[in-house]
Amino acid sequence: MSEIIKVGMADLKTCVSPNGVTTLGLGSCVGIAIRDPVTKIGGLAHVMLPDSTAIRNGNLTVAKFADTGIVELVLQMEKLGAKRSRMVAKIAGGATMFSFEGKSTAMGQVGQRNVEATKAKLKELRIPILAEDTGANYGRTVIFYPETGEFHIRAVGKSESVI
Amino acid sequence: MGEMTLEQVTENYYDVLKELGNIGAGNAMTALAQMLQCKVDMKVPQVRLLDFASVGEMMGGEEQIMLGVFLGVEGDITGSMMFMVEEESARHLIRKITMGMLPEGSEFEEMGLSAMKEVGNIITGAYLNSLSMMTNLKIFPTPPALTIDMAGAILSVPAIQFGIFGDKILLIQSQFYDDVELDGYFILIPDLESYARILTALGLPVV
Repeated sequence: MSEIIKVGMADLKTCVSPNGVTTLGLGSCVGIAIRDPVTKIGGLAHVMLPDSTAIRNGNLTVAKFADTGIVELVLQMEKLGAKRSRMVAKIAGGATMFSFEGKSTAMGQVGQRNVEATKAKLKELRIPILAEDTGANYGRTVIFYPETGEFHIRAVGKSESVI
Repeated sequence: MGEMTLEQVTENYYDVLKELGNIGAGNAMTALAQMLQCKVDMKVPQVRLLDFASVGEMMGGEEQIMLGVFLGVEGDITGSMMFMVEEESARHLIRKITMGMLPEGSEFEEMGLSAMKEVGNIITGAYLNSLSMMTNLKIFPTPPALTIDMAGAILSVPAIQFGIFGDKILLIQSQFYDDVELDGYFILIPDLESYARILTALGLPVV
């Protein structure tokens, strides 16, 4: 029996096929799914903020930030036997949930900044992004299966998509 | 109060925050009752400091569809504020306001949404107004934005703001009912500096 492991906000989890990982209701946060296709080891991080170094009073929840969260996920996958050189990623989320008429506030851009920080970190780690479903103005629930690499995305009022 | 965390603020001033939440929510409900021209009762609001993960669960799961009204706060304190209700409760409110012009089970129409925006405006305005009166601080709301989506996705917005200085979120849950029971949630998101300003304005020692 396979199991779907739940990842909360500012959280990350690894899994091994046939199990999957899911996170519910991604808004401006970004969900980063990484997989080693040979060992079929996978993982999902649900990060909230782009950059841990911009935070004043030394905040230690690594999964909260794109920069530290992705590194931690990769390390945990390596511990299970995954190889970094084989890893590939898919990302989703980074929505702008509220549009303030005409105004583009720093608040409104956090989703976009999360996506940019995520891409920069993955590039630095040389993990290619195979697919993404980011931006727009709605929330997403995602399920990732390391067996196939399928990343299922659900949103309110839309049919499920697979990237 | 240089490096005080939200946890410390809440621990030390829980009763004050609770009272602020209570009065604010009370005023908001009075404003709502006036708008609906009916009696609206409410229970004593619950003020809670929750982990990010528990907030969604409390609202019936991260995928619970909710309506969220979000606005900025400017003036002597800065930050933002959010009001959330379950989709069904929102429909109920809209039906009342539009005098039943939104049929049961129908999609939110443009008119329903603008009515709901107005409700959000009134509720949050009344809330901030009472905070302003109590503290004698100037507090101005910016025009609200509204969305209908999964609770988790809506909550990501205030959670990210709280996330900048902690791992918890301060939530005020107020249950109110006219002929049906509705669960509404207020989330006031002042900057940490603004917390200090609120407490000082209330004459409390801020260490």
